[in-house]
Amino acid sequence: MEILHQIGLFLQTAIQTGTPILFAIVGGILCEKVGHMNLGVEGMMLMGASFGFTVACATGNPLLAMLAAGAAGAAGALIYAFITVTLRGNQVVTGLVLTIFGTGVSGLIGGWVSSEQIPQSVSSAFRPVEIPVLSNIPILGEAVFSQDIYVWLGLVIAVLAYFYLNKTKLGLYVRAIGENPGAADASGINVTLHKYINILLGGFLCGLGGAYLSTAFLTTWQDNVTAGAGWIAVALIIFSTWNPLKAIFAAYLFGMLRGLNYKMQGWEIQIPSQFLTMLPYIATIIVLIFIAMRKKKENQPPKALGEAYFREER
Amino acid sequence: MSMIQISKRQKGTSKLADVLIRIGAIVLSLIFIGIVLAIMGYDPFKVFGKIIQTPFKRFKDVMNKTIMLTTLSLGIAIAFRMKFWNIGAEGQFYMGAFGAASMAFMCPDLPPILLLPLMAIAGFICGGLWALIPAVIKAKFGASETLVTLMMNYIAIAFISYLQYGPWKDPAALGAAKVPNFSENAVLPDVFGIHAGWIIMLVLVIIMTILLRYTKLGYQIDVIGESETTAKYAGMNTVKILVIAVLISGGLCGMAGFMQSSAVEKSITDSMSAGLGFTAVITAWLAKLKPPIIVVASFMFSILLQSGSSLQVMKIPSSITEIMQGVIIFFVLACEFFINYKISLRKHTAVKEAE
Repeated sequence: MEILHQIGLFLQTAIQTGTPILFAIVGGILCEKVGHMNLGVEGMMLMGASFGFTVACATGNPLLAMLAAGAAGAAGALIYAFITVTLRGNQVVTGLVLTIFGTGVSGLIGGWVSSEQIPQSVSSAFRPVEIPVLSNIPILGEAVFSQDIYVWLGLVIAVLAYFYLNKTKLGLYVRAIGENPGAADASGINVTLHKYINILLGGFLCGLGGAYLSTAFLTTWQDNVTAGAGWIAVALIIFSTWNPLKAIFAAYLFGMLRGLNYKMQGWEIQIPSQFLTMLPYIATIIVLIFIAMRKKKENQPPKALGEAYFREER
Repeated sequence: MSMIQISKRQKGTSKLADVLIRIGAIVLSLIFIGIVLAIMGYDPFKVFGKIIQTPFKRFKDVMNKTIMLTTLSLGIAIAFRMKFWNIGAEGQFYMGAFGAASMAFMCPDLPPILLLPLMAIAGFICGGLWALIPAVIKAKFGASETLVTLMMNYIAIAFISYLQYGPWKDPAALGAAKVPNFSENAVLPDVFGIHAGWIIMLVLVIIMTILLRYTKLGYQIDVIGESETTAKYAGMNTVKILVIAVLISGGLCGMAGFMQSSAVEKSITDSMSAGLGFTAVITAWLAKLKPPIIVVASFMFSILLQSGSSLQVMKIPSSITEIMQGVIIFFVLACEFFINYKISLRKHTAVKEAE
């Protein structure tokens, strides 16, 4: 039974490790689906992390902390959207600058709250909750039925995002814009509005993901708390072929890989941990080659990804 | 009732107007930053003063960064000119450093006159080959180079990290994971107080200016950048040009890795780029991919990067420089709109009257 318990705990941690990245992947998918590649994910996560932390300390209210984190991420996304949608600026440069900007903002705010501590009311709200009876099931008890609110929220959001993109009229608009904004515009879809909505929603989710790291995992502020999670998310957006359901799988798989990295230190077979670090990126490149080769319709990147849309140029 | 009408400029604005609009954007961004600083309770003039003093007080540090940023931006520029979106400078930089370090460790006793060129060549080749992988993937399978080059960065960093914590770890460093220092022979000497990389940088700027502006290859690269179909119709071997340009692109980034490891780190670490491979994308873009302007943009950026530590002395958080970088580029990005597009107010009634 001990081994089952161990496996359960391993999966529990893996899912928790994957969750902040899941938020960022789903956020990134929403953004890329309207044709905008946002390399500012890391920056938006950091903004969310710092604002979430600050509001958690100031108010002691977990819900407010989450809202503040999301709003901060969305604010970063708003700058990005204004420059790339309205002013048709270069998406790669804008995204990279957003990451630098977000790192600066979180460093500045983090410096102000560096002596604060997450209040009890917040940390207890984000603690894993054991669901009675179900949490006694071997493996699943720990992995699934003893999770915190963020894990559940991440799952719900990913599923909702899937339905939003694939089963609703709005989602159809979104996909149409990502494939061919000119045609979408001609059929009467408000391209600018939908781009803004999805980019901002994406930023909101990235901010939430960042706050999970700063408010649920830690009790004091740590500079650069995301430590590259945003960049992993950018990779895993592709790995999940722009599908929020596969994003769940991608994020948790990554979490397991991270966990394995720690676990292996005590094992006899030693694979240098750096090779496990490389794995998601290598896998992403392979996926990229694969989808480019197979040309299967549903796995392709949005056709207009990275291109600015200007009505008069149609 | 009037309506705003936006149209693409056909001829573009004049060169002077271009420059003035950009300078205007930078001035506006500085005013904006000044106001924000004042609201936050810092004296903006003191902050700006400190930043302006930086190149005088810490000239060497600023120049070290300038050399690195310029060389990386040159590499990025040649790829961007043909619309090959190489954002893998970071990885190519590390692989270049790896190539140089391999030479330094393999033949530490070779005289500098032989060893240094050997390191430079190894750096160039390793960086170039690392960039070639995404180019081949693009040419063969059609996978987006933006994403592949981005992924290749993290693979390269993990590889260097592996060397640092594994086979290249210095046993004499007592547990600390550090690669041993290069031998004296493998260190680029100082010329006028700054490492000789500045001469290499200037030479590279001249070579790249000539290559991009006056050679057949430079012309071909620009044609492909305009339209790959046109290039193909004109009978250009686009794959061959892509391969050469990308080799140079990654090679230059590798050269930056060689100079940084040889002259500044005198070793190799998995954090020695400090993210400048990404910053270089911004400076290359700011300079409109033109080599001589790249030097200026890189120098300006290096001042901003370096002033963080002098601000900290004044108890001003160094993060402010990152925020400033962000705000300034946001403003410049926004002003591009006014260079590329014309905004006019159209009066509906007036149109009707004319009819």
